[in-house]
Formats: sequence, C-alpha cells, structure tokens
Amino acid sequence: MNIFDMTIHELHTALKGKQISSVEATSAMLKRIEAVEPNVGSFITVTSEQALAAAEQADQLIAQGECDLLTGIPLAIKDIFLTKGVRTTCGSRILHNFIPPYSATSWEKLRDRGAVLLGKLNQDEFAMGSSNESSAYGITRNPWDTTCIPGGSSGGSAAAVAARQAIATLGTDTGGSIRQPASHCGCVGLKPTYGRVSRYGVIAYASSLDQVGPLTRDVADCAVMLGALAGHDPKDSTSVDTPVPDYSATLSQGVKGLRIGLPKEYFIDGLDPDVQKAMDAAIDTYRRLGAEFVDISLPHTDYAVATYYLIATAEASSNLARYDGVRFGHRAEADGLLEMYTKSRSEGFGSEVKRRIMLGTYALSSGYYDAYYLKAQKVRTMIMNDFIKAFASVDVILTPVAPTPAFKIGEKINDPLQMYLSDIFTIPVNLAGTCAMSLPAGFSASGLPIGLQLIGKPFDEESILRAGYAFEQATDWHTRKAAI
Amino acid sequence: MSITVADVEHVARLARLELSPTEKELFAGQMDAILGYVEKLKGLDTDGIVPTSHAVPMENSFREDSTCSSIGLEKALANAPDRAGSFFAVPKVIE
Repeated sequence: MNIFDMTIHELHTALKGKQISSVEATSAMLKRIEAVEPNVGSFITVTSEQALAAAEQADQLIAQGECDLLTGIPLAIKDIFLTKGVRTTCGSRILHNFIPPYSATSWEKLRDRGAVLLGKLNQDEFAMGSSNESSAYGITRNPWDTTCIPGGSSGGSAAAVAARQAIATLGTDTGGSIRQPASHCGCVGLKPTYGRVSRYGVIAYASSLDQVGPLTRDVADCAVMLGALAGHDPKDSTSVDTPVPDYSATLSQGVKGLRIGLPKEYFIDGLDPDVQKAMDAAIDTYRRLGAEFVDISLPHTDYAVATYYLIATAEASSNLARYDGVRFGHRAEADGLLEMYTKSRSEGFGSEVKRRIMLGTYALSSGYYDAYYLKAQKVRTMIMNDFIKAFASVDVILTPVAPTPAFKIGEKINDPLQMYLSDIFTIPVNLAGTCAMSLPAGFSASGLPIGLQLIGKPFDEESILRAGYAFEQATDWHTRKAAI
Repeated sequence: MSITVADVEHVARLARLELSPTEKELFAGQMDAILGYVEKLKGLDTDGIVPTSHAVPMENSFREDSTCSSIGLEKALANAPDRAGSFFAVPKVIE
C-alpha cells in the first residue's frame, strides 16, 4: 500500500509499529504533492523544510514511546488559518505578503498532538465561492475530472484529500464550504456545530456562520480530527464550554432504531437524477441497517439562500473593512490617506470579494437596514425553528449535499446568482448553527462523486458520525480512488 | 428593484472601493439580479419574530481580569507596509 493512500488510523498503526517513520511518510507525501500538483493546484504554499523538521521531532517522540493518534501524521490546512511564520494569504492578493505573528488555535491543537504541516491549501478568496475559481493563486481542479471544479471554498482541502496529497486536511464552512467540496471530491467533510471549534486565528468571512472542520478519507478519521479540534478556547468567546465526547468510542454502535428525517423540500424536481439515485440507494442501505425513516418538512428552506446572501455579505463587508493598507497586507502607492485605502482595497480584492462587500454594504446602508439585514435575521430565526421542530421527532436528517455533481470549470463564473444557488442544501445548516457531514454515497454516470449529507442536532456530532460510520461499513464508496 | 450605476458608485464610495466603468456596469446588473432574488423574503410575514444574530444562545462571556503577555512592538509592526519608529506610517492626513 502506498503511504499516501493511507488513512490517519492506518498510518498511525504503521508509525506506532515502527514499520514507517514520520520522515518517510512526510517525504512520500511531499513527493506525491510534487507529482500531482501541476494537474490539481491544491496548494498555495508547500512547507517542505518545516514539514521534514516536524516529522523528525515526531519520530523522536515515537522513539520515546509517545505516539498519539496524530503524532507524525502529515496534514495540510486551508490558507485561511493563521500559521506563525508561514505566509497566510486567504486566497487573496491583498494578503500576498502577510506573515502571521501567531497561529490559529485549531492548527495549534493539531500541531501540539504531533501533526506535521505539509502546507497551506488553495481556496476561494476569503472563502467566498463555491468553485475555487475566485482564488488569486490559480484555480484548483477536481482530481476525478480535471475539467471540473473541486467545489469551494475549501476546494484545495477536498482536492488534496482526493488526490492523496495529504492524509487529512482542515477547512472552514460558512455556507457549505467544507461539505460541498467534500461531496464533489468524494471525501468525508464535517461542519461542526457553531461554537464547537475555536475560530481564533481563522480569517473572518461571516463571523456568525464560520466554523472550522476536518476533511478526511473516512469517518473514523473524521472522529479523530474532531476530537482533537473541539473544545472551549478562552481566545474565542463564542466557543462553547461543553464537554467533548470521545467521538471514536461510539462510532460502531450502529443505527438500529435511529430516526432519520427526510425533508421534502430537499428532494425536489430539479435534483440531478444521478444524485436522486444515490440518495435512494442510501435510504435503502439505512433501512437494511435498521434505521427508521420519518417524512419531515423544513418549510423555510426556499428562503435560506436569500437570507444567507444578506447576512453573510453584511458581516463580510464589516469584517473586510480591516484591509486598508495601514498595518499589514497590500498597500498601494497613493498621495493621501483616503486614496491609499481605496486603491489598496481595489487592487487587493478580486471580483467576487468586491461584489460581496458591495452587497453587504448596500444591505447595511442607511434606509435599507430594516428591509434587508433585519428582515434576513428574522427569517434566520424561522429557519432555525424549522430545525428545532424537525429534531423533536428525528435524530438525524438525511439530504443530498448539492443538487448536482461537480460542474465544469468556468460554467457558472459569470452568473453569481446561479453559483450561489448551488449551495441551497448546505446553507440552512449554517444559518441554524447546527452540525452536518458530507460522506461519499455514489458516482454519477460520468464518474463524479456524489455526497450524502447527514445533519445532526446542535452539539450532537456523535449521532451523525455514528450514522456515517454505519453507512461506510455497509458501502465501499469511500474506498474508491481518483485516478490521478 | 433597479440598481443603477449611480447606486453602485454610492455604495463603492461607502465601501472604499474604486471600480472601473466596466465593473460598475457589471455590478449594477449582477446586484440587481441578486437583490431581485432576495426580494422573496418580503413575502414572508415576520411580525413578532425575534431576529437571530447568533445561532448559539449565549450571555456575556467573562474571564478573570488578569494581565497576560502581548506579542510586542516588533512583531506587531513586522507586517507594516511602512513604519516610522514605533508607529505605522501612512500618507499625510492633514494638509
């Protein structure tokens, strides 16, 4: 077996048994990155030297008998996570020269457990996009079909897992940015409940929706990663101080008697027939495993995209006001201060980011606040209430992740509204603040992966992981590998 | 709903963005389409609904009022495009 094909738990066993060293594993990953990167474009920065140094340290720990599940495991993280001393661009030209003075808590947690950083992954600029086409550092291609998009905004995080350039990766999810690329690239992606994982040191897009999560080859790895990431962080006052369960311990408890909700608003006429087929097959599998199905309704689903594009852009316009050329990032040549702000921002931001700042500024501007932003916040309450009602009668909710498999590069780039609508099944979860996971559930006729979404109650990641694990044990979709 | 180039120019000024004539035309059309789409929210009766700004209900988050170390002047200024001693330098503000 190739080292680069391994899961976290497989590589951990090999490291612990001293069949492989972390330096060997890390070198194998770096070679793999070099070999396939020209066809994929998952990375913005590869940190080869630091990776090998960290791997050597991990090997010393292992030699001393200290082999945690993540010790010596080569990972890569989205370029939205601050990494002390390693350039962090967030996919934007405005941060082309930014070297953070501190690291994100989520990355520090993985590093403290011995994980090795291979590099920083490509993404849509400031996490704004569904296709990875808005990066200032080139597009990322889908490893299953390089004429297709990998999804976004954590497109590099999903493509790197699918192309076996990292054992697992970190992404962020504001409106589906972990789950949609995971679905399009055939990997497992989890968006934890808002507040479950610290956002400290994660470059902000829409602060009331952003959440950090893992992308992995299987559900067991996902449980390991979530366990490492979850927990209260004094540096993020919105991170919640509730106990972190042992997610791996309950994985194999099965789904007998589990009540799974099927929301009628997600199984619509416009659904791609291949996606519908995969969902039908998944429902059959769960029935066979002893789960019960309940027809439910999430009546305000149709309003979610409109609500999201008001709330997210409003928060973005405020968050991105900090990029003014004064303290860090790109500064344009200018005669006066106002000209410096305007020129630095206009040169530094790409088209999609400008469009969202404009929309958000408009929605918050004098005379429009009540009609747009406040209205959207009220509809958000109604969408949250839909989930609260539904979860009174079910344990998890099953839906497609996206209405279609990955689309072609360039297909939606000139029609932002069509691009936004591709997130229709992932956005409601962010508005409700709850948790959801994408897992491989089949392929289209043209060989593109199709993902299944399991939505859980707030802070009940255990149930969706358990349900995902049961599905994975009964199917082999997650073992298929992109021929790249 | 009809977003004009003048509207785009006004919002761009508020957002400290400078757009080319082509961008202004493009954004006017795209913003018009997107804001037209979000009009659908107006059809929902939201009377008496409490707005949500944050998905997890939380009270204030308190910590001990104790001192801790900061990153220090040199690190804080390390990414400065321009500096003057211990300050961030910017173009002249007052004539």
